[in-house]
Amino acid sequence: MNSEAQAIKGVGTPATRMYGLMAIVALGWVLLGGLIFTPEDAVQGDAVRIMYVHVPTAWVAYLAFIVTGVASACWMIGKKHSLGFDRVAGASAEVGVVFMGMTLLSGSLWGRITWGTFWVWDPRLTTTAFMFVTYIGYLAVRGLGGTAQQRARRSSVIALLAVLEIPLVHFSVVMWRSLHQRATVLSPDGDIKMDGLMLFTLLFGVFGFSVLFAWLVSHRQRIMTMQDAQQTSALDAAVTERLKEAQV
Amino acid sequence: MSMSVSRIARAVAAKDLRIELRSRVVSNQVLPFSGLVMIMFAFALDNDDVLQRVAGGLVWLATLFSLFILVQRTFAVETYDGALDSLRVAGVNPQGIFVGKSVALFVQLLALESVLFLSAIVLYRVNVDGSGLVLLVTCVLCASAGLAFVGTLYGGLTAGARGRETLLPLLLLPVVAPVLICATRATESALRSGGVTVGEGWPWVGVLAVFAAVFGLGGLLSFGSLIEE
Repeated sequence: MNSEAQAIKGVGTPATRMYGLMAIVALGWVLLGGLIFTPEDAVQGDAVRIMYVHVPTAWVAYLAFIVTGVASACWMIGKKHSLGFDRVAGASAEVGVVFMGMTLLSGSLWGRITWGTFWVWDPRLTTTAFMFVTYIGYLAVRGLGGTAQQRARRSSVIALLAVLEIPLVHFSVVMWRSLHQRATVLSPDGDIKMDGLMLFTLLFGVFGFSVLFAWLVSHRQRIMTMQDAQQTSALDAAVTERLKEAQV
Repeated sequence: MSMSVSRIARAVAAKDLRIELRSRVVSNQVLPFSGLVMIMFAFALDNDDVLQRVAGGLVWLATLFSLFILVQRTFAVETYDGALDSLRVAGVNPQGIFVGKSVALFVQLLALESVLFLSAIVLYRVNVDGSGLVLLVTCVLCASAGLAFVGTLYGGLTAGARGRETLLPLLLLPVVAPVLICATRATESALRSGGVTVGEGWPWVGVLAVFAAVFGLGGLLSFGSLIEE
């Protein structure tokens, strides 16, 4: 039997329960603060409330992809090629893709209300869309099958190539837009005069979503550990059975 | 006694090109396919002025579509009969394989782009003069080098994987987006489409060269761990 499978009984620990509780409290505040307590914006009206979700999800998505890159590099550099790093990289990319999807969705709805259009070919938006697709590809590579070490090797290379790719995409899109047409709408931040409560709610949202990210990733990577252990223990069981058959 | 990287690269490139010359898949299928794509673009856009204006972009889009086929092919010949595994087991330096396969892909891309530019001149009525031609040739060389490196890199990754036909474009398209942007802008300058001058095209070629250098280096460093399975 695999010792890793026995060691983990459930995916929750006192630490994850603590982050979970912190995330609920913080996001509860963002919900109340964002929808009720904060004032509407002088120019944008109620539309500004999208910001309390849009900005934190974007932050978490970027954070998630940084974690994926760093964990992949740790896997590659580490002498033992510890699968723990690979699982953190994968779990973080999964959460990152979900949050980046939320960012793009909330951003295009916000854009429709404030700029009158769902999409503009702004460098930041375009690069974000490319990151989204790139990490969907990364997750597809993780799903190619094979052993856990094969998965780790392939996906770490893809994650590190993404670190090369994204600046090149961003740079070429910036050059493309700057030589062709200036963005004709407001800068993506809008022109928001922040009052204290709005800023507080926004920062609290960033905090709450970051804790939620930590909670999701720690659970997800534990589930992956169990899946990997199950795969190896199923293989061990099959081998033992065949060996018994041979002895009879 | 192990062979040097450059000798392995030459051997692998020569082998790949010889296979292509003898099987005639590129000349009889891929090149006609890309010519057909150019004709289909004309049907879709249905306007001579528009075609002339966007010719550069269409040539590079057709190149990308054909790139997927070329990359699949260059690795299909390796995974069939486990040729890639045999190379690995024989202790062949993976950097040599990477460079060799990239060179072979580069040569095939040059052939492909010559056909595409010729069809743009004939079908879309674009013109190119002396200084434009220098820019165009440099752009084609830099863009093809970048595409050959990333194509080999991601082709090696997906070689032998289930569902590689659909996975390869998903992985490769976002990565080659800078090539599409920069090569299209440089080509538009070379062809003077939409009133841009030839001088405006050179910075884009610079980005293409950086792209090729970055992915060439990335491939040399990582190709070994991608095919080692």
